[in-house]
Amino acid sequence: MSMMSFEKKYRVRGGTLLGGDLFDFWMGPFYVGFFGITTLFFAVTGTALIFYGAALGDTWNIWQISIAPPDLSYGLGLAPLQEGGLWQIITICATGAFVSWILRQVEISRKLGMGLHVPFAFSFAVLAYVTLVIIRPMLLGAWGHGFPYGIMSHLDWVSNVGYQFLHFHYNPAHMLAVTFFFTTALALSMHGSLILMATNPRDGEPVKTGEHENTYFRDDIGYSIGALGIHRLGMFVAVSAAFWSAVCIVISGPFWTRGWPEWWNWWLTLPIWY
Amino acid sequence: MKTLTTKLLTTVGLGTALLLGGCEMPPPESSQWGYRGTGMEGLYDPDRLQDVADNNVVPDAIPAVPAVGPKASDIYKNVQVLGDLSVGEFTRLMVAVTQWVSPEEGCNYCHVAGEGFEADTLYTKKVARVMIQMTQNANENWDQHVGGAGVTCYTCHRGKNVPEYVWNINPGHKVASGMKNQMQNVSSVAAGLSSLPVDPFTPYLLDDRNGRHAGTTALRDGGGVSMKESEWGYSLMMHFSDSLGVNCTYCHNSRAFFSWDESAPTRVRAWHGIRMVREMNNEYVEPTTDWLPPHRLGALGDAQKVNCETCHQGAYKPLLGANMIKDYPNLARLAAAEPEADLDEGMDMPESQGDVSADMTTGGDQ
Repeated sequence: MSMMSFEKKYRVRGGTLLGGDLFDFWMGPFYVGFFGITTLFFAVTGTALIFYGAALGDTWNIWQISIAPPDLSYGLGLAPLQEGGLWQIITICATGAFVSWILRQVEISRKLGMGLHVPFAFSFAVLAYVTLVIIRPMLLGAWGHGFPYGIMSHLDWVSNVGYQFLHFHYNPAHMLAVTFFFTTALALSMHGSLILMATNPRDGEPVKTGEHENTYFRDDIGYSIGALGIHRLGMFVAVSAAFWSAVCIVISGPFWTRGWPEWWNWWLTLPIWY
Repeated sequence: MKTLTTKLLTTVGLGTALLLGGCEMPPPESSQWGYRGTGMEGLYDPDRLQDVADNNVVPDAIPAVPAVGPKASDIYKNVQVLGDLSVGEFTRLMVAVTQWVSPEEGCNYCHVAGEGFEADTLYTKKVARVMIQMTQNANENWDQHVGGAGVTCYTCHRGKNVPEYVWNINPGHKVASGMKNQMQNVSSVAAGLSSLPVDPFTPYLLDDRNGRHAGTTALRDGGGVSMKESEWGYSLMMHFSDSLGVNCTYCHNSRAFFSWDESAPTRVRAWHGIRMVREMNNEYVEPTTDWLPPHRLGALGDAQKVNCETCHQGAYKPLLGANMIKDYPNLARLAAAEPEADLDEGMDMPESQGDVSADMTTGGDQ
């Protein structure tokens, strides 16, 4: 069975959040657990409903399949299956699967005796999704404000929602989110290239150490954040990107209905200009 | 320690208050403009909707009078555009115009007391004549834009001598010596306080520049416009949005702005509106430049012109779509011009707009 030499000592009982010993076992390389079961249930149900929705739709073109949320007129009520009800159930399934996955990460972290960094970081990605399809629609008063489930259609939704605010680049939280996303990409590319450099020395040379890595960046930009530090920084910028993404969309609509350029009027009217 | 905590709490409290002070509170009103899930919808803060409702109240109509009796031109001299009206209708309209345009100054805003009504002494009277023709022309020939509600003087004037929202050719802002004025990259009131071009009106609402910026082929075919010029279009669209209190998705599905197939019918109305306003500015407003007093001219000596906001004033339909023209049918169509008009300011009527909708649905223009 695929198990690495050191893995055996981590395959320990206990650490579960729910269900005690009930699902506390492995199937091949995979830990099952109570939340593994719920993840599987929600993921399979949701995916099956997406296929059902696609079958009801007018295309099997993978790019054009779309499961749309209900009309705004349904408000926060339930809609008939073919008029957004499917979207509502799929949303429940997706949220159930994502949250189950977070909790499964928590259980595995507890077994490994490590901190909850992984589920903490992943929960921000889930927060962004939940903000889009649950929190913001509830604040706006209709499930129809959620985005449709389709490869192209969700992009079209993003475009139109941006243009609901005339020029979304003026959204201050969007500015922060974009900046954090770019910074994440920059930091990851710098870190990745450093690791590839250190672990792929010239023929005949030994693999480089942390000292070598530090020296490289001290020469290059005058500072090396260090092997542990880069992962803390990476966590911070990546989590911030997801967090501010959630903020930038939840303020658009519930807390600001006009064009984002207009929001900056407070800056233009500061008494320092005259 | 206690002081520190107090200070901290005060700072956090003040900061939160400042942040939330600039916000609106949920839930807003929303209205769906496209198929569900497309994101074509409008969100409105209820307080602002109330403001729009308060600002768009139609004044009570003056009781109608029968179109019988002697004509205005038989009683009064120098009645160039409303001579066909019965004298009763004529008087009623004059009273209405006074209420709409010069409620404080009264008749004397256009007529000099003791001089006789026929004298064209005041520029305001000559402007009024042109504006009545402009209004009649809009109602008769631009049904595609104003149909269903029509326009009267009140649509724009709202009790003010000059409508609150008019524009002049923008002379540009000061820039450092040696630098070219790019007419953008400063806070542009025309473009909703964005840094988009400061004068989108001159190219599109005075000149007849084509607003189509997307190419018709996947790769540039050489016939397109520059990035900078396409920002003029964006700026004009910002003006549209601000003027109507709507967002881009009121007309467009932003995945393909150019595509008429995916646009809302409102976009057709706006297309005609651009051409209507262009005609108003060129055929009616511009000719007044020669005899307007200096204080009615802009920095570059041009007359104050019309844009979307002149009528719409923040509402998706001026006066929220109230039909005023049914109470003032004399403004609904161009009156027959008085043949023996003896004043040299008499102007030619523009030709009717039979061809403006040509080929619009194929996206060949704008």
